Amino acid sequence: MSADHPTANQANQAPVATPTLAMIRTLGLVSAICGLIIVGAYQGTYDAVAANKRIAMERAVFKVVPAAKSIEEYYALAGGSIAKAGAETPAGAAKFFAAYDDVGKLVGVAAEGGAKGYADTVRIMFGYEPACQCIKGIGVVSMRETPGIGDKIITDKEFQANFKELDARLNAEMAALANEIKTVKHGTKASNWQIDAISGATITSRAVGKAINDTAQALLPRLVPNLDKIGSKS
Amino acid sequence: MTTVATAKNWDEFMEGIWKQNPVFVMILGMCPTLAVTVSAVNALSMGVATAFVLVASCGLVSMMRNITPKEVRIAVYIVIIATFVTAVDYAIQAISLALYDALGAFIQLIVVNCIILGRAEAHAAKNPPLPAMINAAGMGVGFTIGLLALGVVREILGAGTLFGVSLFGAHFQPWVIMVLPPGGFFVLGSWLLLFSWHARRKQAREVPQNA
Repeated sequence: MSADHPTANQANQAPVATPTLAMIRTLGLVSAICGLIIVGAYQGTYDAVAANKRIAMERAVFKVVPAAKSIEEYYALAGGSIAKAGAETPAGAAKFFAAYDDVGKLVGVAAEGGAKGYADTVRIMFGYEPACQCIKGIGVVSMRETPGIGDKIITDKEFQANFKELDARLNAEMAALANEIKTVKHGTKASNWQIDAISGATITSRAVGKAINDTAQALLPRLVPNLDKIGSKS
Repeated sequence: MTTVATAKNWDEFMEGIWKQNPVFVMILGMCPTLAVTVSAVNALSMGVATAFVLVASCGLVSMMRNITPKEVRIAVYIVIIATFVTAVDYAIQAISLALYDALGAFIQLIVVNCIILGRAEAHAAKNPPLPAMINAAGMGVGFTIGLLALGVVREILGAGTLFGVSLFGAHFQPWVIMVLPPGGFFVLGSWLLLFSWHARRKQAREVPQNA
């Protein structure tokens, strides 16, 4: 076995250097084989992964808009109009989900947002109810916050109570929120557009507030004037 | 001849499961062992993913062994291992996103799992593909058993469930520390204690016979 074994031979005759060409040949061959395997795996799983991600997203929407029976994806375009989501995301567009009840009437809108938390970006989904112009219910899409501290944003009942009816009215010009949604220190919540932080998990609480505010500021001025266009299921 | 070969293959396979068990004997791969074994399902999936990467990469390393110059061997191993880890990563995303989130970064970290690099360097690079893959399969199964041994105990004690099925009913008060990081050390320590106690008893039994 050792006769045709270059590795073993060279180990015994230390000074003999391997030709550079042999190294390049082997590395090239390995890279080519590995490249093919990776592309094959990516192509083979692409549809299943996309379907899984869509199901996970739909579940998150149903959680924040409990009355929903079906959902449709839309883009709020940079120019102020809205369009049905297609294969490509237009530049500057904000994605949102319109949720309909079983007779096809709009019951709410869900949108995803993210902000830097303690460990990594906290991505949340929130439900917006056009009738009260308020945010009702949030869910976490992904986060890596400390278990037992940062992840209280899901379990803490007092924190979740912030999102029973969080004020998200637009100002008179319909250009921005009338009141910026903001996370305030635990126990100092005074208005309906403020979020009372969890004591000990302030950074994660702030990330939730910032994620909601950033997304709402970008989405709602484009969405609210166009609500009648998505008022019933197409 | 065939029976001799089969017996040898069997020995090669059993090596990783008992005599050289990566978790309980070699104490290798402790990072995923302690981190993902909070439930039996996580432990099983991590074990299967690692076993697949082990077998596939050892097979390829072994096939390439005659044309791999020693100067670039580590680079070759890492590229091969990383490839199969990427494939497993996609496969798990396709199977279940919840599982993918639960295993987190530890799937990608299989690349630097010392069991796999160790097998590639110590065994696959010196043996033909079949024995290399059999040995790798044994190690993979051994690792999975090790993870399951931790995962099952931690899930039963820490959550009162096994593979998600409730065992004790509503009155069970979960021993939460078992699913937190310290629980991993407790359970691993207990298993090691058990194995070393067993080894000592075996030794004590054998000595009088030899004397």
